[in-house]
Amino acid sequence: MVRSLIDITDLSTEELEQLTNTALDIIEHPADYAHLCAGKKLATLFFEPSTRTRLSFEAAMYELGGNVLSVTDAASSSAAKGESVADTAKVISCYADIIAMRHPKEGAALVAAMNASIPVINAGDGGHCHPTQTLADLLTIRREKGRYSDLTVGLCGDLKFGRTVHSLINALARYENVRFVLISPEELKVPSYVKKEVLQKQGLSYVQTTDLEAAMPELDILYMTRVQRERFFNEEDYLRLKDSYILTPDKLRSAKKDLSILHPLPRVNEISVAIDSDPRACYFKQVSNGKYMRMALILKLLKEAGTL
Amino acid sequence: MNIDSIHNGVVIDHISAGRGMRLYELLGLGELDVSVAIIKNVVSKKMGKKDIIKIDADLPVDFDLIGYVDPGATVNIIRDGKLVEKLDIDMPERLVGVIKCKNPRCITSTEQELEHVFKLTDRKNKVYRCVYCETKAP
Repeated sequence: MVRSLIDITDLSTEELEQLTNTALDIIEHPADYAHLCAGKKLATLFFEPSTRTRLSFEAAMYELGGNVLSVTDAASSSAAKGESVADTAKVISCYADIIAMRHPKEGAALVAAMNASIPVINAGDGGHCHPTQTLADLLTIRREKGRYSDLTVGLCGDLKFGRTVHSLINALARYENVRFVLISPEELKVPSYVKKEVLQKQGLSYVQTTDLEAAMPELDILYMTRVQRERFFNEEDYLRLKDSYILTPDKLRSAKKDLSILHPLPRVNEISVAIDSDPRACYFKQVSNGKYMRMALILKLLKEAGTL
Repeated sequence: MNIDSIHNGVVIDHISAGRGMRLYELLGLGELDVSVAIIKNVVSKKMGKKDIIKIDADLPVDFDLIGYVDPGATVNIIRDGKLVEKLDIDMPERLVGVIKCKNPRCITSTEQELEHVFKLTDRKNKVYRCVYCETKAP
């Protein structure tokens, strides 16, 4: 089985460092990377709508000089005819050099990786994992703070279904002196298994609260999330919880001057547009950081597969 | 209460009291056309109470499944009325095709041919998780 990226924990701390350094070098010297993937093809298989992640992968491949094959709508693909993920992965392996896949079912990317003969990047498998978003988050933290250690990180909003939150906790858990402040309504708290198997198992410091404003002064990073309609079976629950936290300039008054505000996007209304011009808002920088990390990742996996 | 000794077969002993029936069901013993005895709440010096299953046939048993349901159980193989092998059971690292993932969002719910695989993620608390979606085993 060739190397794929399914979960952020597939990457060692050294590999995260290596990807960060490659991404920083791409930012500094884009021309050096502009033709590295000439003649190579990335297949983006998106069985669930996500314009921005798909475009980020495609932009990443184009900036490496490569080409893109794209399946954007499951309704038009063979999946609608009943083809399995396993078969799809085998077929696409005959056309492309690397796959980026999003699928509504949890574990779909792993099944694709088990059957493909080329690297598979998980671009989101239902509510389970979204490792390249975490890579974008990490590069943003590195560029804004210069480090991954000695940070108080506030995670706010939907901490139950928010896969980016679980992945980010997993990634930051390996660094020294990182403290988590988990801010959510009671119903959307971090699942107990994340607390038991990541936070408590590794002896990490964390507090849970429902009060964003009280937590604000101590935060170095505030990671806001959207309450996602598609993760709820019950529309009433979604409507009741969707406006739990809305970040406004008022609430930022007690925040540190060098706070970094992150959000995986898309935003609905959980961050007021008035904050966009605040220098502490980093969520649009996060988008471009995501592209650079995806470039670094594509290069790494193609090299490990012997394609480059 | 006496249950006759078996001549050729398998005795699953030291089953935690109350788990015998679950093991009987998961091992599919109800579907066998051989004598099977479940003895519940047997007084045990070591365990206080235990369950025992006796299968009167020399059949292969799924050690992984037994290790998943009750890692403290022992399996005794009987041939010609004599104990020929006594095996301690441990929790298996992986369970392949033994139990099914119940998460409706898991890829195993739609990929019909896909084998259900669980891995041991927390030995102390006996936690198994689906390798695909990481949902805890029932």
